[in-house]
Amino acid sequence: MSDKPFYNKVDPPEGFTSPGMFATRFDKVIGLARSNSIWPLPFATSCCGIEFMATMGAHYDLARFGSERLSFSPRQADLLMVMGTIAKKMAPVVHQVYEQMAEPRWVIAVGACAASGGIFDTYSVLQGIDRIVPVDVYVPGCPPRPEQIIDGFMKIQELVANEPLRRRYSPEYRELLSSYGIR
Amino acid sequence: MIENQYITGALTREFREHLLSSEVLTGIPTYTMSLKVIHESIRFLKETPGLEFEFLTDLCGVHYPDNPSPFGVVYMMHNIREKTRIRIKVFLPLEDPTLPTMTDLFSAANWMERETYDFFGISFVGHPNLVRILNVEYLDYFPLRKEYPLEDPTREDKDNRFFGRET
Repeated sequence: MSDKPFYNKVDPPEGFTSPGMFATRFDKVIGLARSNSIWPLPFATSCCGIEFMATMGAHYDLARFGSERLSFSPRQADLLMVMGTIAKKMAPVVHQVYEQMAEPRWVIAVGACAASGGIFDTYSVLQGIDRIVPVDVYVPGCPPRPEQIIDGFMKIQELVANEPLRRRYSPEYRELLSSYGIR
Repeated sequence: MIENQYITGALTREFREHLLSSEVLTGIPTYTMSLKVIHESIRFLKETPGLEFEFLTDLCGVHYPDNPSPFGVVYMMHNIREKTRIRIKVFLPLEDPTLPTMTDLFSAANWMERETYDFFGISFVGHPNLVRILNVEYLDYFPLRKEYPLEDPTREDKDNRFFGRET
């Protein structure tokens, strides 16, 4: 047996250490806390959802990244994970789910269909969810393996950890949301 | 089983020149009726003793753009007791693809006629609620008509050279 611990410890952000005290930036602490306790809302419509089930299972175990708890209410979720084909009739539902999420919120498009429509280049399928909601990370693959989903999730963690606290109040962000018709 | 000759004979006696053709396709007797008598012929096949095709299995549209009457509606009917199926076809002109509804004879026709309208723009006169059923409400064309591409018309990222088409 090695003397390595069985758990992963998150490194502290950069700061000043001295006996009995540690000083760092507030947004770094908040980013650290947020990025290691993301509550994802799985919006699984097809085979990418099956891969996500494997990702949540014991073998790949998304819980290692602080996402033990899936949120099935958009109001409590931080991350919308859209996995699978979104038909044009389903588009208003995704839009509404995104609107119901509280800020700060992130979106990950898992799989070719959610990212671009994939093989379903047809009149009935939405050609990528970025036509209705802003997307932070795209995971390619048809379907992507759990490792790829975890890689995409870690990219989200990176975004969450480094996001400036003022970003959600900036006029650019407001403009982005209003370009999607979101208040 | 009801013999094909019996069905053909009954239809010929009843509708004469309005029975445009009869053939056997994939093992199922297939009759093309003229548009004038389509409602009566479906009623005849459903209600005449000895025929009694009381189950409307399927109803769908077809588009043959090269035909003089390009739109078709196909009815699949089934006599469950006699274990016999038949297929009835009717063809409609391009300018006015309308025909009477079968919802007064078969309740099952309701959704299937809505689907046919949704994809081909064929109107069923007398249908209680002829609106789109599967596609989004704001779709402004009938997607299975051959003049429209099957691909999503709003997609911008495609390079025709990768699809075997000249640019």
